[in-house]
Amino acid sequence: MAIVFQKTKGLTEKQTHYCPGCTHGIIHRLVAESLEELGLLDKAIGVAPVGCSVFAYDYFSCDMQEASHGRAPACATGIKRVHPDSAVFTYQGDGDLASIGAAEIVHAAMRGEKFTTIFVNNAIYGMTGGQMAPTTLIGQKATTAPLGRDENHAGMPLRVSEMLATIPKAVFVERVSVHDVPNIMKAKKAIKKAFEIQMKGLGFGIVEVLSTCSTNWGKTPVEALKWLKENMIPYYPIQNFRNPEEVK
Amino acid sequence: MAKELWKGNEAIAEAAIKAGCKYFFGYPITPQNEIPEYMALKLPQEGGCFLQAESEVAAINMVYGAAGAGARVMTSSSSPGISLKQEGISYIAGAELPCVIVNIVRGGPGLGSIQPAQSDYFQATKGGGHGDYRMIVLAPASVQEAVDLVQEAFDIADQYRNPVMVMGDGMIGQMMEPVEFVEIPKRQLPEKDWATTGLRGRKEHNVINSLYIEASQCDKHNEDLFAKYAKMEETEIRCEEYNLEGAEIVFAAYGTVARIVKNAIKSLEKEGIKAGLIRPITLWPFPKANFLKAADMPNVKAFLSVEMSMGQMVEDVELSVKGKKPVYFYGKAGGAIPTPKAIVEEAKKILGGAK
Repeated sequence: MAIVFQKTKGLTEKQTHYCPGCTHGIIHRLVAESLEELGLLDKAIGVAPVGCSVFAYDYFSCDMQEASHGRAPACATGIKRVHPDSAVFTYQGDGDLASIGAAEIVHAAMRGEKFTTIFVNNAIYGMTGGQMAPTTLIGQKATTAPLGRDENHAGMPLRVSEMLATIPKAVFVERVSVHDVPNIMKAKKAIKKAFEIQMKGLGFGIVEVLSTCSTNWGKTPVEALKWLKENMIPYYPIQNFRNPEEVK
Repeated sequence: MAKELWKGNEAIAEAAIKAGCKYFFGYPITPQNEIPEYMALKLPQEGGCFLQAESEVAAINMVYGAAGAGARVMTSSSSPGISLKQEGISYIAGAELPCVIVNIVRGGPGLGSIQPAQSDYFQATKGGGHGDYRMIVLAPASVQEAVDLVQEAFDIADQYRNPVMVMGDGMIGQMMEPVEFVEIPKRQLPEKDWATTGLRGRKEHNVINSLYIEASQCDKHNEDLFAKYAKMEETEIRCEEYNLEGAEIVFAAYGTVARIVKNAIKSLEKEGIKAGLIRPITLWPFPKANFLKAADMPNVKAFLSVEMSMGQMVEDVELSVKGKKPVYFYGKAGGAIPTPKAIVEEAKKILGGAK
């Protein structure tokens, strides 16, 4: 019988700790499949963040480092400078990348570090229990914004892709979502492209993936996907912001 | 090779390159700027990479990444910048990564001053970052010794998979002295088979990590680390003993201050007072046994720790002496330097009281 689907070699056999309905599992698979399909598993080095995906080093079968909170881009800079022929990636959440690690991601992009960042934006701190993130939407409730985010108190949610797209050496910037199958397919395409751009040595690439957190959003997995579509996409439009001439 | 005149910071950078350091990540801060400046010019010529990071925080995490990738890597800074690196140093110690960190110490606290100080002793030796960890801290007293210690620091780091700090006061970084670059005997070093290089045919993936979420596993990790630290304490202690025979008073001093104390000892000798010096070269592990041995000498009446701080190493001297003899302290802080005359006066005052 013909095999129509099988698990990618890019993931280990380890059972993930993610909540039921969490989209991290899908995004892990897309990254791992991309690496496998591009023949990069043997020279890939990933950097896990602090946050829900802190254990990503157990799930990806390639070499991995676990960075301190927000510093994955600095860590990846050190790795890539030592092994310029490797496929280096950081996998970071919104608290890690957009809050505590804002300086590191901006300067890695500014230098045009030749690695790929997978930025998982679910508008909340997951691992610590639902606190407000820089990407939490106006009015969205969080344990540290119990009445909902108030823009006069906590400011406006940060649009990371739009910000990074202003940096000349951030050559590939795209926002995708994983709330339904067609978008998952598009997300895979963007992730794969980002790795191809890295291996061509063209500069820094980031794929922002809109993601759900049904546990901390207080919704069922299906409700969470719907909430993402109806609330996150209007503020965080799905689109490509930067695409290098070489791969257009 | 003939002796050449070198500025301390530049000599430290050159020594690192001679030791095979290929990567340097740093951020500007006085009084250590000549180290990154020298690296920026010379490392690319050696096929290495210098990168000016966006902050000390980023620099130490670049060091983490590069060390985890198997490279010989160094960063340098001065006190406020070293404070910023503490989280990263704790992660490096936890993940057991070899690297060399140079701290050219200036006066504190806060922004403090830019003149020489030794007020980062606690931070360096007692774990400036969070968690239980130790780091070998080498304290040169001359530019020549800095050059020798920096070269060996990389081997020590690789041997134990541990960060090593070279801590010089601002004077060591800024003064010029004759230096001879002599190759330090190479240690037998283990393979870096743990490094994240990409699998490249390897079956199991390598992971650089300091997270042990199960308490029992984290406990075991700490036990393993401390077994390693015990080995360091057994084999890596370095110390200079000077003029101890017949000494009535024994000074404790390291770095530049030890040289000032030697001048004071000569002055005291002229006045008929015999004084000696124990100069820790490793601040951690601390040469406790040398102090205890001196405390048991009947001629020794007291110890005097002289520091460019408000009294930090003096606590280790007290612990080492175990109450057998009185331990006194004299220090200047914030960039001020103790004079030989003041040290002589202090010693005479103590001996007057002890008679």
